[in-house]
Amino acid sequence: MTEQELADRAFKRDLLASLPNLRAFAVSLTGRHDKADDLVQDTIMKAWANQGSFTPGTNMRAWLFTILRNEFYSQMRKRGREVQDSDGLFSERFSVHPEQYGRLDLQDFRKALDKLPDDQREAIVLVGAAGFAYEEAAEICGCAVGTIKSRVSRARTRLQELLGVSGEGDFGPDPGDAAITSRAFGS
Amino acid sequence: MSEQDSRKKEKTMTTAQAKDFKPGAMLPNSAISRKLRDFYDAVQEEGIPDRFLDLLERLEQAEKNAKSADVK
Repeated sequence: MTEQELADRAFKRDLLASLPNLRAFAVSLTGRHDKADDLVQDTIMKAWANQGSFTPGTNMRAWLFTILRNEFYSQMRKRGREVQDSDGLFSERFSVHPEQYGRLDLQDFRKALDKLPDDQREAIVLVGAAGFAYEEAAEICGCAVGTIKSRVSRARTRLQELLGVSGEGDFGPDPGDAAITSRAFGS
Repeated sequence: MSEQDSRKKEKTMTTAQAKDFKPGAMLPNSAISRKLRDFYDAVQEEGIPDRFLDLLERLEQAEKNAKSADVK
């Protein structure tokens, strides 16, 4: 096997390994599984076509997340014009079927996340769930580390308000959880 | 699954993830951080849809075809 073939194989392997995480990021950004999967598909094709611009040995996950994020915003900009004429992005987001939110007990969280501004949502997801350091998240979003930190902080505060849970340092089970769970199950 | 079981599962998941947490990131045990990771992990656990595996197959095949065409 040539060196090029080995590199191709490694590229494909790393791409596959990153897909579940990348897809979860896409679901977080779009709020919908169907749109998220279209976005992931576009990202895979872009990544494949631009294999040459990826430096082997560097962080492929960050590279893929950057491509997906750029694709998301460029599609939003294009679609923005169409959406404004119809029923608006907000109602579109909330007209989805409940199963698109996934697990029942996570639906309240999903809805709260949807209410965040895009820049805060992506920041808290990258740092708090996707496993990136603040520095990596800043690079992916093309902004300063301090900007990411303040966006994460604002996102946390807003989510706490929306979900009515307590804030800092609540180690162990917290009283907010029970309330959310019982609301989700309608009891 | 009983409520107790689901609580137990949630606790196990949180402990496992706390180890992976990078210093300087958000407080791993706050209620918001837990819910965010639960939501995110639930999507990750859905795995890779077949359409993406098929797509990668097709891309790889197209590349091979292009290469063998080059040789000719």
